Parts: sequence; C-alpha cells; structure tokens
Amino acid sequence: MEIFQLEYITLITGGLLVLTGLWGIISQKNLIRMVIGFSLFDTGLHVIMISIGYIRNGTAPILDKAVDKVNAAGQIVDPLPQALVLTAIVIGLGVTALMLAYVVRLHKEKGSLNITNFKDLKW
Amino acid sequence: MIKKLIYILVLVGAGIIMAQLFAGFSGSTELSETARYYVESGPEETGAANLVTAVIVTYRGLDTLGEVTILFTVAAIIAFFMKTREQRDKPKRRVSEILTTGARILVPGTMLFGAYIFINGHLSPGGGFQGGAIIASGFALMLLAFPQANLSHKTIRWVESISGFSFVIIGVLGIFMAGGFLDNSILPLGNFGSLFSAGAIPIIYIFIGLKVGAELSNVVGHMHEKQKEI
Repeated sequence: MEIFQLEYITLITGGLLVLTGLWGIISQKNLIRMVIGFSLFDTGLHVIMISIGYIRNGTAPILDKAVDKVNAAGQIVDPLPQALVLTAIVIGLGVTALMLAYVVRLHKEKGSLNITNFKDLKW
Repeated sequence: MIKKLIYILVLVGAGIIMAQLFAGFSGSTELSETARYYVESGPEETGAANLVTAVIVTYRGLDTLGEVTILFTVAAIIAFFMKTREQRDKPKRRVSEILTTGARILVPGTMLFGAYIFINGHLSPGGGFQGGAIIASGFALMLLAFPQANLSHKTIRWVESISGFSFVIIGVLGIFMAGGFLDNSILPLGNFGSLFSAGAIPIIYIFIGLKVGAELSNVVGHMHEKQKEI
C-alpha cells in the first residue's frame, strides 16, 4: 500500500498535528492551552517539512563508515529541510517563550487566564 | 452552538486545504538539484561529516546569524517583561532531598554533555543550538533544586556578547582570508571526520552553543525570578 510508506505516515501525522493545534487555538479559552495549540501547530509543520525532505530508504545525512563520500548522494535524505527545521524549532521555542511571558504578564494584570476576560481590544 | 459550528467549519476548511496540498505529494526517490550539490561538494568544500551542519554553519550561515539575533531579541524582550524588584520571600515548602541530591549529581554532567554536543556538531547529530538547549536545561534543573540561587545576569550578558561578537568576527575574517562571509576555510580543513577538522565550523558552533546556552538560561532565570515574586 502506498499510504503506509514512511513519508505518507509522517505527512498525515503532521497534518493532524496542525489541525489539532488550530483547534486548540480557536476553541480554547485558557491562554496556556492556546499557547500549547500554537506549539502543536508548529510541531506539525516541522514534521511535514521533514517528511517532504525524506528520500525513500535514505539514512541520516551524516557521512561515516556506513555512508561514504562517493555514493552519499544515493543513500541519504535531503539535508536542506532538516537545516530549515532546525532553524524553525529554535524560532518556535523563542515564540513560545515570548507568548508564555505575555501570559504571565496578562495574568498579573487581570488575575485570570480566561481569554473572555480580556475585552480591551474587542469591538 | 453557533460557535461550535464555526470551529468545525474552520477545521474542515483547513483540512480540505491541506488535503489538496498533500494530494500532489509523492514521496521523492532521489535528491533535488540543490541537495545534490550540497551532498556532493559539501564534504570537499567544508570538511564537515554532518551535512546538516555544513548547510547551517557555512552555506546558510547568514540565516543562522539571523536566527541567533532573533533568540537574542526574544531574551531581551522577556527580560524587559519579567523585570522585577529584587525581593525574596521564603519558598512555600522545602525542596525535596531527592531533587537536590539528584541535581548535585546531574547538573555537572548535563553541562558537560551540552559542551560535548556542540563541540562535536560537525561530526555527529547535534550542534550549537542543541548543546545550548541542554546547557540551559541544566540551569533549569539547578534553579528547581536550589530556588534561592540566582543566575548572574551580568556574567550571562558577557558570555553572550563575547560569543556573538566572535561569531561575527569569524564571519568577517572569512571575507578577507577566504571566499566570503562565514567561509569556514580560514582554518585548515584537516582530516575528514576527526575532531579538529572542518575549518572554522567547530569554533563557530562553540560560540553559537555558548550564545544560545546563555540566552536560554537568561530566559529561564528571568521566569524563575518572576515566579519568586508572585
């Protein structure tokens, strides 16, 4: 079955993670849960990017005894999406930390984590 | 009720969009042209056994510089938001014996492991960002076990500034001594696969590791101080 190939499984898992994160962002009232939703969305995108760079039966892009320099191109997966995802993970960590800092600040301001109590910008 | 309907509509819409995007996906069986270039000429040009490191530190080194800058900005904003008056109140209950003893054993090992990860970034999975994150997790464990301890923000600032500055200096040296900004061949490429190889990549990664470790520890420290205040 085509669908049980590794790249399809990871792609569908990533898509489901993105949808779960989106659900968390739009439906949850608790600020911390919304941050978790963003984090899940982020993780899903990473998984999708990695699965796009996957080459069937490829191994990690590290050259050693098992993967020699000459035949490397036929044996390893694409290193470029992995480098991009490494960048994206770090940025995602920064964004999550920033959101949590805002949550701490908001909680100090209103004493509540419920988004419905923050009406200052609502029209 | 109507809200739930909207949620379901949005989710179904997003699902349909993604299904459309995924429909054209067929797993690739060989590398794209760019990736092929990196794989074939990466080992000769950079000398790094880990090709992801070669891409991150040399080919896309400028992106990494921007990324470190973003982390710095995040740490600065969090420091601004979490600014507190120094006031210490007693912790609500004593830290458990198991945690303090465990931290005494584990923290030095964690720091050493982090350093190992970023020094070997050009040979094995890992690198500056991962090593820095491990070091920051060691600091987080330390602050959990000893809540009265305080990270010295001055030291952290110095470590961070010096490593960031050195990173840029090495990049600029590449313009004068080699092919361009952040070119790693300002140092001899050495023996492929050994610790002292890949030119400037290990040195750049050590600075990145120190910088990321300092920034994340700073974030952890600020959150910890905030917690003490509440």
